Amino acid sequence: MHRKTLADIALGLEKKEFSSVEITTSFFERIKQLDPDINSFITVTDEQALIKAKLADKQRANNTASPLAGVPIAHKDIFCTEGVKTTCGSKMLDNFLSPYNATVIEKCEAAGLVMLGKTNMDEFAMGSSNETSFYGPVHNPHNLNCVPGGSSGGSAAAVAAGFAPAATGTDTGGSIRQPAAFCGITGLKPTYGRISRWGMIAFASSLDQAGPMTQNAEDAALLMNVMAGFDPKDSTSSDKPTEDYTAKLNVSLKGKKIGLPRQFFSQGLDPAIEQSVRDALTVYEKLGATLVDIELPNADLATPAYYVIAPAECSSNLSRFDGVRFGHRCENPANLADLYSRSRGEGFGDEVKRRILVGTYVLSAGFYDAYYLQAQKARRLIKNDYLNAFEQVDFIAGPTAPSTAFSLNNEIEDPVAMYLNDIYTIAVNLAGLPALSIPCGIASKLPVGLQLIGNYFSEADLLNAGHQFQQNTDWHTQLLAQSVR
Amino acid sequence: MNWETVIGLEVHVQLATKSKIFSGSSTTFGAEANTQASLIDLGMPGTLPVFNEEALRMAVKFGLASHSSINHRSAFDRKNYFYPDLPKGYQTTQLHEAIVNHGYVDIPLENNEYKRINVLRAHLEEDAGKSLHEDFQGHSGIDLNRAGTPLIEIVSEPELSNAKEAVAYLRIIHTLIRYLGISDGNMAEGSMRCDANVSVRPVGQKELGTRTEIKNINSFRFVERAINTEVERQIDLIESGGRVIQATRLYDSIKNETRPMRSKEEANDYRYFPCPDLLPIEIDDAYIEAVRDSLPELPDQKATRFQKDYQLSAYDAEVLVVSRELADYFERCVQTSKADAKLCANWVTGTLLGALNKGATDIEQSPVSAEKLGGLIARIADSTISGKIAKTVFDALWDGANSADEVIEKEGLRQVTDSSAIQGLVNEVVDQNPEQVESYRAADEKKRKKMFGFFVGQIMKASKGKANPQQVNQLLLEKLEK
Amino acid sequence: MPLDENQVNNIAQLAHIEINPEDISHYTRDISNILDMVKQLEQASTTDIEPLSNPLEQIQRLRADVVTESNQRDKLQENAPLTEKGLFLVPKVIE
Repeated sequence: MHRKTLADIALGLEKKEFSSVEITTSFFERIKQLDPDINSFITVTDEQALIKAKLADKQRANNTASPLAGVPIAHKDIFCTEGVKTTCGSKMLDNFLSPYNATVIEKCEAAGLVMLGKTNMDEFAMGSSNETSFYGPVHNPHNLNCVPGGSSGGSAAAVAAGFAPAATGTDTGGSIRQPAAFCGITGLKPTYGRISRWGMIAFASSLDQAGPMTQNAEDAALLMNVMAGFDPKDSTSSDKPTEDYTAKLNVSLKGKKIGLPRQFFSQGLDPAIEQSVRDALTVYEKLGATLVDIELPNADLATPAYYVIAPAECSSNLSRFDGVRFGHRCENPANLADLYSRSRGEGFGDEVKRRILVGTYVLSAGFYDAYYLQAQKARRLIKNDYLNAFEQVDFIAGPTAPSTAFSLNNEIEDPVAMYLNDIYTIAVNLAGLPALSIPCGIASKLPVGLQLIGNYFSEADLLNAGHQFQQNTDWHTQLLAQSVR
Repeated sequence: MNWETVIGLEVHVQLATKSKIFSGSSTTFGAEANTQASLIDLGMPGTLPVFNEEALRMAVKFGLASHSSINHRSAFDRKNYFYPDLPKGYQTTQLHEAIVNHGYVDIPLENNEYKRINVLRAHLEEDAGKSLHEDFQGHSGIDLNRAGTPLIEIVSEPELSNAKEAVAYLRIIHTLIRYLGISDGNMAEGSMRCDANVSVRPVGQKELGTRTEIKNINSFRFVERAINTEVERQIDLIESGGRVIQATRLYDSIKNETRPMRSKEEANDYRYFPCPDLLPIEIDDAYIEAVRDSLPELPDQKATRFQKDYQLSAYDAEVLVVSRELADYFERCVQTSKADAKLCANWVTGTLLGALNKGATDIEQSPVSAEKLGGLIARIADSTISGKIAKTVFDALWDGANSADEVIEKEGLRQVTDSSAIQGLVNEVVDQNPEQVESYRAADEKKRKKMFGFFVGQIMKASKGKANPQQVNQLLLEKLEK
Repeated sequence: MPLDENQVNNIAQLAHIEINPEDISHYTRDISNILDMVKQLEQASTTDIEPLSNPLEQIQRLRADVVTESNQRDKLQENAPLTEKGLFLVPKVIE
């Protein structure tokens, strides 16, 4: 039961092979039994889920159900869910019951999806290992001593462990793709602005983007059909019409050109990962695509630019957590300044504080031009690299991360080493492009992810490329089968 | 030493939109605390701003009315600082790319000349909430109803030379925004607020002195007093060997002094950067021209027209265009009375404004409508009543009478123009005062003029003020000279 | 190191975040390391390059001036740590 995909479950419900209540209950049983070892959920919403599941079953009985009605899903705890604890992985919001729903949640609810609960994550989405969560680290279902990646580590682990057929995630610098790669699942970071940010607690507004985390590309397409679309409540949301993301899944890849940036296959890359990725690329050649060597000359600027822009935006975005209207408030503040500094000092964890301090510094008087403005210019250079590349190729491919899932407590002591986990994913956020991570192999018994980057709004093409790979390989199913029991 | 004052004003104007600049909350003044503060206004996690088109249009209107250039591209920045009335920990404003730049207004000086004051910029931003300092268990209370109300901040060049000029500038801005209908300009309710940057320097010195910023002055009167007080303080300080320290000060209207603001003592480093939740605003010439076409007639245009169409003096025209409501009143008055516009102008700027002033009310609340006053003036023009009697009729209208005609009829105030009746009165008065007649006839030209008035007074009194003064003069003269 | 402990304390004050004195040295080290890494940006040749704030480079959409919100005070204050008479309470503000 727990290895059924979204498409399987939708079909089973349609054919009345099982009810939504049955399948939802089975996921909760599995969560109850196994999640204590994984820690992928912060909140489980079983009561609400069963009400929703019953409703879906009723609609199925009346034939008034929408295609995904009654299908369970898990949501990253960064999405505001009305009346449900929404923590963003932080002590700051440990007591926060959101008074409203994020647009992503509204859309999932409207589609009839049944929320199983809220998944663990790095605090305020700042981290690549899920170890910065106030609710404790998440364990990788493939090896409990390893991290699941981050920041959407809870969502990735929940899908990999079979606690949910699919989950939502968010990606600011790789937070969907890297945990998808580490946990052996499929993760899509759409074009910036494709999915509404309303109700998604902001980390870095110009980089944040929600997306699906699923067992395969087809499911990602099904979820994109639910999640994507213009939202008048988000000024940065794109009003470009959406498409049926499943429509192109079976299109042939014959004649497609895949660019391999030299910079993605250079020093620092684990040779076993390089091997897996290169093997995967031969699959594409067999499917009729051609591989082209390309250059992304400014690739080295991505990490430094990101670690100026993201902290700068976060330092401002997180100023609203001041202990006045919501969130943690210190005991007996002596005065206003004490209220602020202790509420924030106590409510935020180390990594969040570190990034707020870096962001505060780079925006402060006298440093703005050297850091922030220079980073925004570097950002354009990076975007231009990609625009040039897409003149020649349809996709850009490479590893999602330079290593497989690392051990818990390994790197968190050195933030800069941790940041280098995102070297292949960060540029995509700076440029606002869509990118897909799919499982493509195994190295030291852990999943390896292949990243495919597409041009703006080419999600359907990326999902097509992912689906074609998955039709011709079985890494995605094999990896899930070797995951926890 | 002789000192010269340099003043620049930053005027915050609340725009009269229905909803807030970035949310759909109402902007109505005076609602119960926090009942007009939505998710967005509270800065709830995950919420996002969307910009109100009317706020943009109103800012552009101000730009056009102040002869400014309207920028085809402008953008919002975040000004980061912590304060409990600032829910997000930053104010969304425009630092790098304002919507309006480089305009001017002409302000009237006391010597009847004009001085051009340049407007450096006007930018869009969101208002903060309010901190209430009554004691709540030793706490301050925060009301965020005002948070997110759209503002334009109008920044003048430091070209004002004294407190009177500052007030004149402020009045011009006030008149403009009211004409444009972009704000009610109510300073008592905070719809228009003023910060003054004040410095002094010895006459002849080129470089500016160190300035202080006086925050949140909330009436025209206080602007003048606050600036004068601060100028005095700075001069005293320098002359006694001290040094002006650049700081933000508050004006205490009760003690009539300025004092440093404690809350702003910490070094301000606002860490401005482009707001990533909002995109650049782009407008084209067609948009700007459409707004221009929608502009009402502005005060200086109106004044010019009044001089031309009604043959009013520049002074009268200027008094009348001080507010759109007053100017409209005047024009309605002219229409109803079908009389000489000059006569209407005299009545409006004289008797009516005097009465309004005395009654501490404004033109919109005037107990005498333009139609009623017009009806009264019509009766003066057609000689039904004299100017003097008209004052009595006006008082009756002020006290609620329905129309001038009704008052005239009821009180029998119609002017006496029948020559034989007036002749009778003249004869009567002359006959009753033989001594005065004798001394009049004996007097020289100069004295006669004075004495003539005595007879006129007696005759008017006898007619209860209703005799036509011209006829009285003529018949009396004939009688006395006989 | 680009930063000393004193500077980090000043930044923390600007950000209104209390840092325990015993933690200040590791914050100083970590932030300095991050700033060292970020220094690579200096090498980028960015003459005549326009900064990019938002990846799609769209323009701001405008909202009609319509009141869409009603009073939700009770609901919105459920998460507030301290309120009275509909006001959020904070330690006394001195102007």
